[in-house]
Amino acid sequence: MRGPPMSSDASKADRIRELMATEGDAVAANTRGFNEGRVESTGRLDDYEGLKDEARAIKEDAIARLPDLIDQVRASVEANGGTVYVADDAADANRYITELTAEERDADRLVKSKSMTSEEIEVNEALEAEGVEVVETDLGEWVLQLADEAPSHIVAPAIHKSREGISELFAERFDLDDPPETAEDLTMFARDRLGKLVEGADVGMTGANFIAADSGTMLLVTSEGNARKTVTATDTHVAVAGVEKLIPTVEDFSPFVELIGRSGTGQDVTSYISTLTPPVDSPVPDFQDDREPLAGDEGDASADPDRDFHLVLIDNGRLAMRDDEELKETLYCIRCSACSNACGNFQSVGGHAFGGETYSGGIATGWEAGIEGLDVAAEFNDLCTGCSRCVPACPVGIDIPWINTVVRDRVNRGEVDSRQTDWLFEELVPDEEPAGLDLGTRAVGNYETVAKLGSLTAPVANRLADAGPLRALAERVTGIDRRRDLPEFASEPLVDWFERRGGAAVPEDEAAREAVLYPDTATNYVDVDRGKAAVRALEALGVHVRVPDLPGSGRPPLSQGMISTATSAAEDAYAGLVTHVDAGRDVVVIEPSDLAMFRSEYEKLLPESSFERLADASYDVMEYCFGLLKNGADPATLRAPAEGTGPVASGKRVAYHPHCQARTIGVGEHATAVMERLGYDVRVSETECCGMAGSFGYKTDYYELSMDVGEPLQEQFGDTDRTVVASGTSCGEQLDALLGSPPMHPVELIAPRE
Amino acid sequence: MSVADRSTFKRRLDSLGVTVSEGGESECAELIDEAAGDPAVGVALGGTASDATSLPDRVETDPTTADLRAAHTGVTDAELGVAEYGSVAIEADSAGTEPVSLFVDRHVVVLREADLVPDMPDAFEWLGPKARDESSDVVFATGPSATADMGGLVHGAHGPKEVHVVLLREEERADEGTADE
Repeated sequence: MRGPPMSSDASKADRIRELMATEGDAVAANTRGFNEGRVESTGRLDDYEGLKDEARAIKEDAIARLPDLIDQVRASVEANGGTVYVADDAADANRYITELTAEERDADRLVKSKSMTSEEIEVNEALEAEGVEVVETDLGEWVLQLADEAPSHIVAPAIHKSREGISELFAERFDLDDPPETAEDLTMFARDRLGKLVEGADVGMTGANFIAADSGTMLLVTSEGNARKTVTATDTHVAVAGVEKLIPTVEDFSPFVELIGRSGTGQDVTSYISTLTPPVDSPVPDFQDDREPLAGDEGDASADPDRDFHLVLIDNGRLAMRDDEELKETLYCIRCSACSNACGNFQSVGGHAFGGETYSGGIATGWEAGIEGLDVAAEFNDLCTGCSRCVPACPVGIDIPWINTVVRDRVNRGEVDSRQTDWLFEELVPDEEPAGLDLGTRAVGNYETVAKLGSLTAPVANRLADAGPLRALAERVTGIDRRRDLPEFASEPLVDWFERRGGAAVPEDEAAREAVLYPDTATNYVDVDRGKAAVRALEALGVHVRVPDLPGSGRPPLSQGMISTATSAAEDAYAGLVTHVDAGRDVVVIEPSDLAMFRSEYEKLLPESSFERLADASYDVMEYCFGLLKNGADPATLRAPAEGTGPVASGKRVAYHPHCQARTIGVGEHATAVMERLGYDVRVSETECCGMAGSFGYKTDYYELSMDVGEPLQEQFGDTDRTVVASGTSCGEQLDALLGSPPMHPVELIAPRE
Repeated sequence: MSVADRSTFKRRLDSLGVTVSEGGESECAELIDEAAGDPAVGVALGGTASDATSLPDRVETDPTTADLRAAHTGVTDAELGVAEYGSVAIEADSAGTEPVSLFVDRHVVVLREADLVPDMPDAFEWLGPKARDESSDVVFATGPSATADMGGLVHGAHGPKEVHVVLLREEERADEGTADE
C-alpha cells in the first residue's frame, strides 16, 4: 500500500482532515462533474434501464460459466496465434511476465497503458526489479509515476493533482527553468516525452476492459490514444486482465460500450474503443531504422509475423469470490467509477482515504476483501454510509451497500478476539452480535433500545446528554462526536399519544382506506410531531389510521454491519406488520430509511414471499398522500400555502432535500409532486446525500467529513428564504447543523393544523 | 443508411468538433486535398463501391516510418460509421491504417455513406463475424484524442488533435444532389 494506512482511530480522523485540506477540492470538483455528466449522458439514452438489465444479464451469465469461458478463450487466442496464461496470484503473474519480458525478450523498456489489474499485481515493481524500465503512458498515470503517488480514482487517477502541482512536478523532474503551465502545454510536453519513450519500447502492456471468449477479442476503453500506440509500436503485446473480464461473445460488448463512459465520466463514448483480436495485423513501425516502408509486402493480410501476444488472466482470489454468495456480485463490476463519483464521502476525500491497496470507491470494499483480505477492506469500509446513491448509478446493478454491509459484518465478527471490555453492553443490549464488538458500533446498532430508555427517562436523559463531561466520556467510549447535538427524546411516544387521543378519528366504516402508520424509532421517540402531522394528513384524506406499538425495522444494526441483529429485527417487524397487511391495511412509513428496509433491504433478510408481501403493501407517507390525491381525495383538506400567516414564514416557497435512500427506491419525488399540487413553489436539492447518513456523521472520526459532504447543501440552501423541508431524521439533524435551524418533514408542511 | 442516420451522424460529429465534407465518390481526391495538411501520408483506399475513389498525389501512400513521423496528416478509410455516436471504425490492418491514423496531428477519414449504421448494437453485429472469422482488429474512434489529466480538456493527448470526415455519397445520389449545391 502506497498511501499511509488508516489504522488507529486518532490517525483516521487526522488523515481524513489532511486529505480534505490538500486534495478535497480537486477531487470534489472532478467527481461532482463526472456525476452530473453521468446523469445527463445516461438521460440521453432511450432505454437506460433496459441497457443496464442487458449488461447485468451478460455478466451474471459470464460469471456463472467462467471456467468454461476460460477454456474457450484459451482456444480462441491460441487459434489466433497468441498465448494464454492463467495466473493463480500476483506472484505467479509477475513471474510469467518478467520471464517473458526480461529473459525471453531481453527488453529494456516496457510501455503500459492504464490498467488497474496491473497495479493490483504490482507488476511495475516486479519488472523494475529485473531491470526493465516501465513507463506509464496514460498521462494521469505518468504524472503519478513521476510523483510516486497512488491513484485517487480508478478511472481518472490523478484528479487530486492540480494543474499547478503538475507543472511544479515537471519542473522538478525534468529540471526545467520555464516549465509548461497551461493544460494544453502540459499535455503537449507529455505527448512529446512519452512519444519518444513509446518509440524506443520493446514490449507493450495493456489491460482489457472486456474479453470475448468466442474470438479472443479484447476491448479497451480509452481516450488518449496511448493504448493504441502501446500496442502498435511494440512487437510484443502483454494484456493483463482479471478472469472476470471474460464475456461470451463480441456482440455482448455493445451494451457495455454504451454504458461504461456514460456511467463513469459522463461521456457517451470515449474517444477510442479498441476491439483487438491479437496479435494485431498492423505492421510494426521500425523507429530505429525508419527508412524502411511502414507496411510489409502488399497483400499480406495476416498479422505481422514479428508480433507476439500474451493474455495473462489473473485469478488472485477471484475464483474464490465467485464461490462466495455475497462477494460474487463484485465480479460483475466493470470499473466505471460511477459508485465513486455518486458517493458523498468519496467526493470529499477521494480514493486515498476511500480505497484499499488498489481499488477505491464503494465497490472497492468487495474487491479488496476478495483480493487482499478483510483487514484491508476494514480500513475504509466505514466510509460507505449505506446512503445507496451508487445503486442506481451502477450500470450492472450491483448492490454495493449490501457488499459493504456484509464485509462490515465479517469485520465485526473477525474482531471478536481482539476487543474486550464490553461487559456493560453485553448486559444492556439485546443484540445477537458476538461479544467484543466495538462499543460505538453497538451503541448505534442498538439505537432502538437506547431511544426507548431515553424516552422513559426523557427529562433526565436529555439533560445528561447535554452535560459536557458526560459527552466527553461518551465520545471516548462510543465515538459519538460531542460537537453534534444529540436527539432529544420525547416524554410521550407517538404510540402513547395516539392511544391517549382515543385512536383513529376516521371510523373504519367511513374510511376510503385503512392504514397502519409505522411508528419508526425516530418518529415514535424523538420527532413525535411529524408523526402527529402524518396522522392528521392521512385522516384529512379520509384514511382510517392505526398506530400500533411495533418493533424497529433493524436499520440501525444493519448500518453497523450487525446482520444477525438486523435479521431478527426484520423478522419481528414483519411479524408485527403481517396481520395488518393480511387485513388489507396499507403500511405507511415516515422515515425513509425504514421504508427502504421494507422495500429493499428486507429482500436480503426475509424469505422472498415475506419480503414481497411487505414491500408491496408499504408506502412512503408522501407517496401515499400522492396516491390518495391521484385517486380523488380532496387536496383542499390539506394545508395550502398562505402568505405570511401560516407557520411557513416565506409563504409558498419551499426548499426540499430528498432523502438519499428515498431517491434510490423511487419515492423522493412524490413529496415534490404533492407540495406542487397544493401550490408550493419547490426547489429540490441535487446533492446525493446530506452527509449525515444515519449515524455516520455522529461519529467523531467522521464529523468533519460529514460536515464537508453537507457543504453543497449549505451552498444551495444556506441563504435561502425558503422553508426547508427534509424527510429523513438524520437529514434533519444535518440540515440543522448546516443551516442553523431544523427543517420540517414535508408532511408537517401539508398536514392541516391541529 | 437512412437520411436520418446521416443527419444524426453529422450532428454528432459536429458536437465532437469533427469537421465533415461531403461529396460524390468522384470528388474524393478533391475533398481529401482540401482537408489534408502537409506533409500527408495515407493508406490506399479500398472498399468495393467504386474504383473512382482515390487519394491526391501529394499523399504518400507507401510511407516509411520516417514519413509517418514527419507527417501532419494521415488519410485512411473507415470501414463503418456509427450514426448515434459519431464513431468511425478504423481497421488495424496490415496496410498500416492504424499507425497512419494515429501517429499524426490530423486524421482525415473517408467513409462511404452506405457504410453508416444507426447504432452501437449494429456495429457489434458487424464486428462479431469479422472478429471470429478473420480475427480483425478494429478501433472505434469518436472525435479526436483527448485527455483531462492535465487540469483541463485538451485534444491530441497521444493521437490526432483533429479529425476530419470525408463522407462519400453513392455516385447516383451525388448526381441528384448536384442541383442543390
